[in-house]
Amino acid sequence: MTMNAPSSRPPLIELRGVTKIYGRGQASMQALRGIDLRIEQGDFVAVMGPSGSGKSTCMNILGCLDSPTAGEYLFEGVEVGALSRDKRALLRRNYLGFVFQGFNLLNRTSALENVELPLIYRGTPASERHEQAYKALEAVGLEAWASHTPGELSGGQQQRVAIARAIVTHPRVLLADEPTGNLDSARSVEIMELLQHFNQELGITVMMVTHEPDMAVYAKRCVHFRDGLVEKDLANGGVV
Amino acid sequence: MLWNTLTLAFREIRRNVMRSFLTILGIVIGVAAVIVMVTLGGGATAQVTDQIASLGSNLLMVRPGQRMGPGSSSTAPPFSMADVEAISRDITSLAAVAPSLSQSVTAVYGNENWTTTANGSNDQFFQVRNWSLDSGRVFTESELRSGKAVCVIGATVRKELFGAQDPIGSTIRLGKVACQVVGLLESKGQSTMGNDQDDIVVLPLRTVQRRFAGTQDVRLIQVSVRDGISTEKAKEEIETLLRKRRHIAPSEDDNFQVMDMKEIASMLTGTTRILTSLLGAVAAVSLLVGGIGIMNIMLVSVTERTREIGIRLAIGALEHEVLLQFLVEAVVLSSLGGVVGILLALVSSLGLASLLQIPFVFNTSIVLVAFLFSAAVGVVFGFFPARKAAQLDPIEALRHE
Ligand SMILES: Nc1ncnc2c1ncn2[C@@H]1O[C@H](COP(=O)(O)OP(=O)(O)O)[C@@H](O)[C@H]1O
Ligand SMILES: [Mg+2]
Repeated sequence: MTMNAPSSRPPLIELRGVTKIYGRGQASMQALRGIDLRIEQGDFVAVMGPSGSGKSTCMNILGCLDSPTAGEYLFEGVEVGALSRDKRALLRRNYLGFVFQGFNLLNRTSALENVELPLIYRGTPASERHEQAYKALEAVGLEAWASHTPGELSGGQQQRVAIARAIVTHPRVLLADEPTGNLDSARSVEIMELLQHFNQELGITVMMVTHEPDMAVYAKRCVHFRDGLVEKDLANGGVV
Repeated sequence: MLWNTLTLAFREIRRNVMRSFLTILGIVIGVAAVIVMVTLGGGATAQVTDQIASLGSNLLMVRPGQRMGPGSSSTAPPFSMADVEAISRDITSLAAVAPSLSQSVTAVYGNENWTTTANGSNDQFFQVRNWSLDSGRVFTESELRSGKAVCVIGATVRKELFGAQDPIGSTIRLGKVACQVVGLLESKGQSTMGNDQDDIVVLPLRTVQRRFAGTQDVRLIQVSVRDGISTEKAKEEIETLLRKRRHIAPSEDDNFQVMDMKEIASMLTGTTRILTSLLGAVAAVSLLVGGIGIMNIMLVSVTERTREIGIRLAIGALEHEVLLQFLVEAVVLSSLGGVVGILLALVSSLGLASLLQIPFVFNTSIVLVAFLFSAAVGVVFGFFPARKAAQLDPIEALRHE
């Protein structure tokens, strides 16, 4: 499957010379040293690299949770790196979905309500909200657990609820930072199959950080980070 | 969105029932204190006003001395009968004029004795005070003129001396004077100052002047103004006349005072007002303390829920949406305190009103004001914690714990 994007259409995501420096003066720490990266619509990218190489920093910038110190971040050709806090929040709300290593569900609310949360901020009417959230839970195979709180679910189930929450709004990009980091390999495979499914069936672009080569093979492309730079950027020949 | 925020707030409050209850206690006490004091104060004022109305709204009291107050036994000269005659002759706007001279006496009948007030006046006294007789008669013209030892007694004096017996025609001893009872006043009950209005013996003025006081003085003139004429106008006429008769130079202040019922009422309710403002201060302090309590608990809540806030922000909540969430929670909390305080206040002021025997006057506006005030406390003291929540960095917040 090749992407023949017409030249008039910009890539979905483009980073140009993005750097990120934490702290000031003597204590400052350069986490990203000039990243150039293009990601086309519909891609499935695995991000790999040693700990501390800047993967999470890069994901936070891509997810508009953080702004680059220098360089440009173009989303569909529009510079978004320097937007205000609220504008970036709107971008997250409308185009992005997140899956975290630690699941990050609201502990005392049901799975269904967790999945509804992004729809609430989008102002979706209550009846549509329940329906859409329920469908998303169905898509991750957890409709039977809709009324359970995260505490009553296993780790793998919690991560599937988190994925349902991320895709319920049909985002352009799903950003997953070590989504299988807390799971055993059988649960990890389930998660990877779900991500692959949403990438193929809904055309959601997926960016995923992982340490495990076994998980990276689900991606179409693999980007290696080292010391705040992109070391290798390889297409994965075959999938599974 | 607002509905969601509200249900969310209620859910958070329910999650920590005990903590929420302790948090709103300050507000509850503050609101309850305000409403109780206003309700009781209103009842007391209504009672005073009622009793003053029973005296007759067209009553004026003329006293020697300047300001009425605790030390009104002043050096100002008393009135004389000539003053009284001049007032009733020259001022046509008056319906009745009753001079008074009072003295404390011990009344004795058979084995019973009772200390009471002997009030020397004339027949118009009953008219001015809006007071009719239960039985018997008022004084005759000749009794008044000659200062005969006859009296009209109040219900309390009758009860103490005669019990259920008919007093009319009996002779009682007032001090050294044997005095025939010719009339019995109908009962008026407690007065505004808390003393018993029925504890009185009315005699002709001249009798009291000669036999008891040994003076020709008149200490008080009570007049009633004709219907349709303003008390202001009558008051001015009396003042002008008395200034002339008492030879007061234009530059000098009056050495007498003409009070209408409005002034008397405001004097009597003055005490209530001082008490009200004192309790108001107490209430304000407890509302302040309650507000600080809410701020404290909201700050704790923001810290406890840092991760939740991070999740909401990551998902795309705007700053003002997070701010609103926590602000609504604070306002719901404080308004809840307001509602509980209002209920507590209504129950306790009903109880206290019946205990203190004052009417229960429900004041809708103070209940409304107290509620709005408690909500406002939530806004003011919830704002800082809510802003703190809204300004959290999503990445840091997600990493919390
Ligand atoms: N908030 C921060 N403040 C200071 N330094 C940070 C912060 N976040 C990350 N870093 C530093 O930046 C570097 C890259 O971190 P990170 O992007 O988390 O790496 P990775 O996800 O690849 O393990 C690390 O050396 C880390 O210590
Ligand atoms: Mg990381």
